Amino acid sequence: MALLEIKDLHASVADKPILKGINLTIKPGEVHAIMGPNGSGKSTLSNVLAGNEAYVKTAGQVLFDGQDIDDLAAHERACAGMFLAFQYPVEIAGISNMYFLKAAVNAVRKYQGKDQLDAMDFLDMVEDKKKIVKIRDDLLERAVNSGFSGGEKKRNEIFQMAMLEPKLGILDETDSGLDIDALRIVADGVNALRSPDRGFLVITHYQRLLDYIVPDHVHVLVHGQIVKSGGKELALELEDEGYASWVDEKGA
Amino acid sequence: MKIEDEKSFDELTDKEYKYGFVTDIESDSLPPGLNEDIVRAISKRKNEPEWLTEFRLKAYRHWLTLEEPKWAKVEFPPVDYQALSYYSAPKQKIDAPKSLDDVDPELLATYEKLGIPLGEQEVLAGVANVAVDAVFDSVSVATTFKKNLEELGIIFGSFSEAVKDHPELVKKYLGTVVPYKDNYYATLNSAVFSDGSFCYIPKGVKCPMELSTYFRINAANTGQFERTLLIADDDAKVSYLEGCTAPQRDENQLHAAVVELVAHENAQIKYSTVQNWYPGDKDGKGGIYNFVTKRGHCRGNNSKISWTQVETGSAITWKYPSCILKGDNSVGEFYSVAVTNNLQQADTGTKMIHIGKNTKSTIISKGISAGKAQNSYRGMVKVVETAENARNFSQCDSMLIGDQCGAHTFPYIDVSNPTAQVEHEATTTKIGEDQIFYCNQRGLDTEEAVTMIVNGFCKEVFRELPMEFAVEAQKLLGISLEGSVG
Ligand SMILES: Nc1ncnc2c1ncn2[C@@H]1O[C@H](COP(=O)(O)OP(=O)(O)OP(=O)(O)O)[C@@H](O)[C@H]1O
Ligand SMILES: [Mg+2]
Repeated sequence: MALLEIKDLHASVADKPILKGINLTIKPGEVHAIMGPNGSGKSTLSNVLAGNEAYVKTAGQVLFDGQDIDDLAAHERACAGMFLAFQYPVEIAGISNMYFLKAAVNAVRKYQGKDQLDAMDFLDMVEDKKKIVKIRDDLLERAVNSGFSGGEKKRNEIFQMAMLEPKLGILDETDSGLDIDALRIVADGVNALRSPDRGFLVITHYQRLLDYIVPDHVHVLVHGQIVKSGGKELALELEDEGYASWVDEKGA
Repeated sequence: MKIEDEKSFDELTDKEYKYGFVTDIESDSLPPGLNEDIVRAISKRKNEPEWLTEFRLKAYRHWLTLEEPKWAKVEFPPVDYQALSYYSAPKQKIDAPKSLDDVDPELLATYEKLGIPLGEQEVLAGVANVAVDAVFDSVSVATTFKKNLEELGIIFGSFSEAVKDHPELVKKYLGTVVPYKDNYYATLNSAVFSDGSFCYIPKGVKCPMELSTYFRINAANTGQFERTLLIADDDAKVSYLEGCTAPQRDENQLHAAVVELVAHENAQIKYSTVQNWYPGDKDGKGGIYNFVTKRGHCRGNNSKISWTQVETGSAITWKYPSCILKGDNSVGEFYSVAVTNNLQQADTGTKMIHIGKNTKSTIISKGISAGKAQNSYRGMVKVVETAENARNFSQCDSMLIGDQCGAHTFPYIDVSNPTAQVEHEATTTKIGEDQIFYCNQRGLDTEEAVTMIVNGFCKEVFRELPMEFAVEAQKLLGISLEGSVG
């Protein structure tokens, strides 16, 4: 069974149609990359999948792990194993990152019928996962994303993903704003999480990330449609040629 | 807000008031109306000495010359003071219960239902280390741990008892912090106060347990006017908790209490309130009018008074727990969380009056509004000429949930000594949809997300509450207290 099956998905934001018939299937173990010009609808796609209600699905069907996502509220999708690493992670004052994560981990575990982690188990897990993304301790103690640098926020997203162990990780431009070393660390983190039963949808503008996280498939999203799909070599092509041919075609 | 969020917000703000039951108990009430005869009748029922009757009458006569204050940012139809009954006491087997065995089982059941342990066994069994004075309508029905406290010389019990057993103390302190002429509601209270708690901590005694008063309004159409007087003598220390609930009724009920605190040299008083009077329904029907005057007097040098309040109930809250910092080096603190939703209105804050040298005050106020509620912070920091090197820090934060509510801040600063340092900071935040979605995406439902965010917002105040109350406050806001992991 496919992990994610998107069939003829249409979606609007503020009554403006953005996604115009997306078809995409991700099988367990696969990494798919989406590339595309600014404003083409990449973040819209990730928001629709994750259930942000500012983004309205107007047609089509999305099955996540066999379930129609229309039947799941945003938090249920998360609990069922969908994780979105945000392009712009949100700051939440007054709540420590650790506290937030413990609540999140236990909410997910509760949904999945697993025991709640107590403080000790949780700390053990943190120690374990910290190695994956090398996140600094002070960032764990601070309020969620508050005053984090751009790169620190992105790293925190991947740390959260490691903690929540999702089935599907959607990474929306996680590489943007990362320095070269951080890019390497984040990519290594994602690679460490790759497994036969876990899939990834990696949104990026840069081929460089795909040198580290090697995708099985690459899709080009322009004007809310996937205009081309291919293997990892497609990313290299795009790096050379840009999106001009599709953008011109559409007259944008 | 999006549909789903809205629904969840509503659920959150519409939580049924679970203390809204009425206890079916016979009561001894005075007929409605207010005049000198009623004032005398209250005094007589309580077998009060002449001087106290006179105190009441003076207050009543002064009250007749006053008008209801209009400056607070709250709106309500005029209160008909003649329609209220000014005294209601549950009829008990024996007039003044000597022990819990004498307390009407209906009453004990009521407090049990409210989660207030009045049985000393359960308390001793480790449920809580709190001595409780329970006030039902107008009278104190039970005080626990009296003996243990007496051994230390601590006087803790109902106000009426104190008038009987320690008239010299009551006479010496009553009205010295909140004079009977103070304001409309305090004056009314001085005339008709029914009962309340009295507490005296003698020199050098650190009270080993939390002292607590639990107020319950039960009878309909009855005003509740309790009076609390708490004195910490030189080098004494006490932590005092106050909780309150009322049944759900369609009409508004008036609650006009007065609390006076006196801290002598080196004494410390921590006074915490979790106010959960019935707030009215979501259309604004019913609910308690909570017009309260609370003031502490740091009389001695190096004394300290700290107010912590979590205000979640009442249709209208009008309340400014204040500190008069008279002693040199004395310290006043005010930590407040005021939550209003639906049509609730709160106008609350504090006054810090710096008189002594090197006096210090801290104000941390967190106002949370949801629904169509209005939440105002009103605070005054006054530094008089004698207050060399006075320091104040005020932080007033408002949080809005939804876009139909309002938050307002009215800071007044009046400084007459150039060495003073007064700092005021204020912020307003909105719980953003993006924050909620972020939490949703990590597996938390909207309710959990909101309570978590609100909780984080109130953290600085919650950590000032004694453990026993922190738990109650946490239940009240329907949120799990934020703590560090581990
Ligand atoms: N909340 C919103 N209100 C109005 N328009 C929006 C909103 N969110 C997105 N859009 C519009 O939808 C289009 C697609 O935006 P989206 O964020 O999906 O692009 P993107 O492909 O992620 O771009 P980028 O590479 O710059 O991140 C843009 O034209 C954008 O302005
Ligand atoms: Mg984007």
